[in-house]
Amino acid sequence: MTRHRWRFLALLALLLAALVAGCGGDDDDDDEGGAGTTTEAAEDVSGSVSIAGIWIGEEQASFRAVIDGFREQYPDVEVKYNAAGDNLPTVLSTAVEGGNPPDLAAIAQPGLMQDFVTRGALKPLDFAREAAVENFGESVVETGSVDGQFYGLFWKANNKSTIWYNVNVFEDALGADAEAPETWAELVETAQTIKASGIPAFSVAGADGWTLTDLFENIYLRTAGPEKYDQLARHEIKWTDASVKEALREMAKILKDGENIAGGTSGALQTDFETAVGNVFSKNPKAAMIIEGDFVPGVPKVKLKPKQDYDFFAFPSLGGSGPAAVGSGNLVVAFNDTPAVQAFINYLTTPESAEIWVKRGGFVSPNKNLDASAYGDALLRETSTTLTEAETFRFDLSDLAPSAFGATVGQGMWKLLQDFLRNPGNVDGIARQLETAAARAYK
Amino acid sequence: MGSGQSVVGEPPVQEAPPAAMPGAWRRHALAAGFLAPAAVFLGVWVIYPTLRTVIRSFFDADGDEFVGLDNYAELFTSDVLLTAIKNNAIWIAVVPALVTAIGLIFAVLTERVSWSVAFKTAVFMPMAVSAFAAGITWRIVYVKNPDQGAVNAGIKVVKDTFDPGGVLAAARPSTDDLRQAGGGIELERPVQPGDVVPLGLTAISTDDVPEGAEQAVRPEPLQGGITGVVWRDFKPGGGEPGRVETEELGLPRVKVELRDAGGDRVAQVESETDGTFAFEDVDPGDYRLAIGQETFARPFGGVSWLGPDLITPAVIIAYIWIWAGFAMVVIAAGLASISREVLEAARTDGGTEWQVFRRVTVPLLAPVLTVVFITMLINVLKVFDIVIAVAPGAVQDDANVLALAMWRTAFAGTSDFGVGSAIAVFIFLLVIPVLLLNIRRFRREI
Repeated sequence: MTRHRWRFLALLALLLAALVAGCGGDDDDDDEGGAGTTTEAAEDVSGSVSIAGIWIGEEQASFRAVIDGFREQYPDVEVKYNAAGDNLPTVLSTAVEGGNPPDLAAIAQPGLMQDFVTRGALKPLDFAREAAVENFGESVVETGSVDGQFYGLFWKANNKSTIWYNVNVFEDALGADAEAPETWAELVETAQTIKASGIPAFSVAGADGWTLTDLFENIYLRTAGPEKYDQLARHEIKWTDASVKEALREMAKILKDGENIAGGTSGALQTDFETAVGNVFSKNPKAAMIIEGDFVPGVPKVKLKPKQDYDFFAFPSLGGSGPAAVGSGNLVVAFNDTPAVQAFINYLTTPESAEIWVKRGGFVSPNKNLDASAYGDALLRETSTTLTEAETFRFDLSDLAPSAFGATVGQGMWKLLQDFLRNPGNVDGIARQLETAAARAYK
Repeated sequence: MGSGQSVVGEPPVQEAPPAAMPGAWRRHALAAGFLAPAAVFLGVWVIYPTLRTVIRSFFDADGDEFVGLDNYAELFTSDVLLTAIKNNAIWIAVVPALVTAIGLIFAVLTERVSWSVAFKTAVFMPMAVSAFAAGITWRIVYVKNPDQGAVNAGIKVVKDTFDPGGVLAAARPSTDDLRQAGGGIELERPVQPGDVVPLGLTAISTDDVPEGAEQAVRPEPLQGGITGVVWRDFKPGGGEPGRVETEELGLPRVKVELRDAGGDRVAQVESETDGTFAFEDVDPGDYRLAIGQETFARPFGGVSWLGPDLITPAVIIAYIWIWAGFAMVVIAAGLASISREVLEAARTDGGTEWQVFRRVTVPLLAPVLTVVFITMLINVLKVFDIVIAVAPGAVQDDANVLALAMWRTAFAGTSDFGVGSAIAVFIFLLVIPVLLLNIRRFRREI
């Protein structure tokens, strides 16, 4: 009996030892990850790659198709994609704080990338630099660099300076041969005409704060110019600056007329992006147009014909500004650089990987070696060329800012511009609150 | 814990212990051995995190610099966190009492109906759903658009029965000499017999033009009468406001009023299919033309339940919906254990039902009510999931409660683990008195 008891206790001790070892196990894994980076034989790379990204729904399916393309070349590499949606910054921050990040992440905010670099969480992508420069060009590599070190591959681009409209509604309101507005004043006037025709001109996705930041950035880039835009992005000028207030006042020209927004102001605040697009593109449209990026056509559930059902015009010029574009996109960053991870990054630099998604639609690749004819959709080809041909191109300002200010639900810019939508008369108050929030975030 | 019993149960069958190991020491070692797994688990998952959180709360966001009580000061100076504290106070003041009261009412009432099992099951059902799923459901129920949100749809049905919307709800005047007044539209200038008055309206979608509308026509003047036309003063591109043009439709069946100088209605006619109307045999003098407000009455647009003003009550209602069943079941169990004789005796002595309830049932139920109340108090202090599920991002500051504030500060974007930890410690301090109360009560019961 005693022997049994001692055997049991020994077993218990073993169990505890295993438990304690288990607790410390994470660190060992990390070390292995760092050590296994020496060499790689191209074809017999094995292992696993975990990727976290914001793509959900249709975009998730498209990215899985890209992964399948990789698996064809590297059948021994397991690839897991984890769709975190809008919460990606939160998920990643927590994972990094806990010491257990995924291998790769497709993040939408250079600001977040910068955060992670400061915290020492990211691995440089030097191994892919050459391929990236060759396929994407020096400037794209620069977009993904922090202090000259290459950390993020700008793999998926979006043109956010587009305005999408329902062709039938436009023709009913403006006549068949009406021209798209080229200046902001023309747009505001066109909006009034559309309202007189009996349908609100704008569908505003007020429940998703990022759509409002996009609108602000497009206006600000045009009224204040690219230099101020950069300064504001780095918080070198205050948000109480006259240029910010001027942009807010221009923005109010659209937002203050609640009757010209689908659902009114308070309705818009509860309208998410998918619903807002649906308001414009459905059998019974509730609005004529939506100001958002080139990803709008991918959203509606009904089948739409480009040019015939929907079309776009570039965000109009403001105060004589030249062609300008605000863009955004996804930077693929690496928390590990195992051979499998390196192989995946290298695969993403190839035009073939981009082509898979481009053919599925809803994707613009900054890869200059990608044949433009791959875009099945003429409109998408147009939006991507307006992006590359813009005189001024700037990355989405809210994504350049620290994510607490520029990319968090219910905080910073997202939340304050929602407050501005609720009360567009409050220019000074919102500018002041933006500055307070920015001062806290840019420490 | 069960391990103590096995230690006590074993000794009689033991073989003689080795001389080097005295019995008392062995028993302690054994007890320690059995306790060890639990102690390790508690240590790793409760005690260490607690201590770490307390220590972390005295450091800055990055955890490098000791900042003393700054994080706690932030808790009571930042607007966002003060709102969270205020909202938590509202939750504490309202929810435990309301849940207990509703549970009591349900429990007492269901005792008297024959289909009580069905009713209890229905009320208890929400407990089987995860709070997050329930929150998502309520968020949809609360949607402002009456075509989507169930609550607003219900209100709309009731409202439309008594006060239906007008046919030209969103219409507005096309020119400046018409003005919006008292919900209707009135012509700015006075009119006399012999005048022809165009009443142009815009912002009417083609779908909303009443059936049977024809091309609008500008009528001829009428001797001793006032004529005019009500029409959709819009054609693609806008057209010229105030002029009847081709492609512009008349608006039939619009009630046009003729008012005297004092504003009282003299006559009313309905427009024809081409939008024309005529008041015949009008006495000379100045009149005013108007379209009454019933034509323009706005349809019900929905209450903004998820807006900043109503969000906390809205979340609280959803929360009570979930927990009322729990309170009811626990109280009903307590109710079943009250001896019938006492109630009968009270009734025999001439007590009314209300008196019996107040003076006998409730006092006898007091221990159970306290359990429900305190359980809800602890739950409410740390309420989180339902708030984040029901409240949209834009109003999370307005719906904020401490636990949500902690999560949003520490994890959502801000990554300020210092202030986040301070909030966590603050919640912990708030819960402690309630916990002590609960532990003392348990001791007394044993």
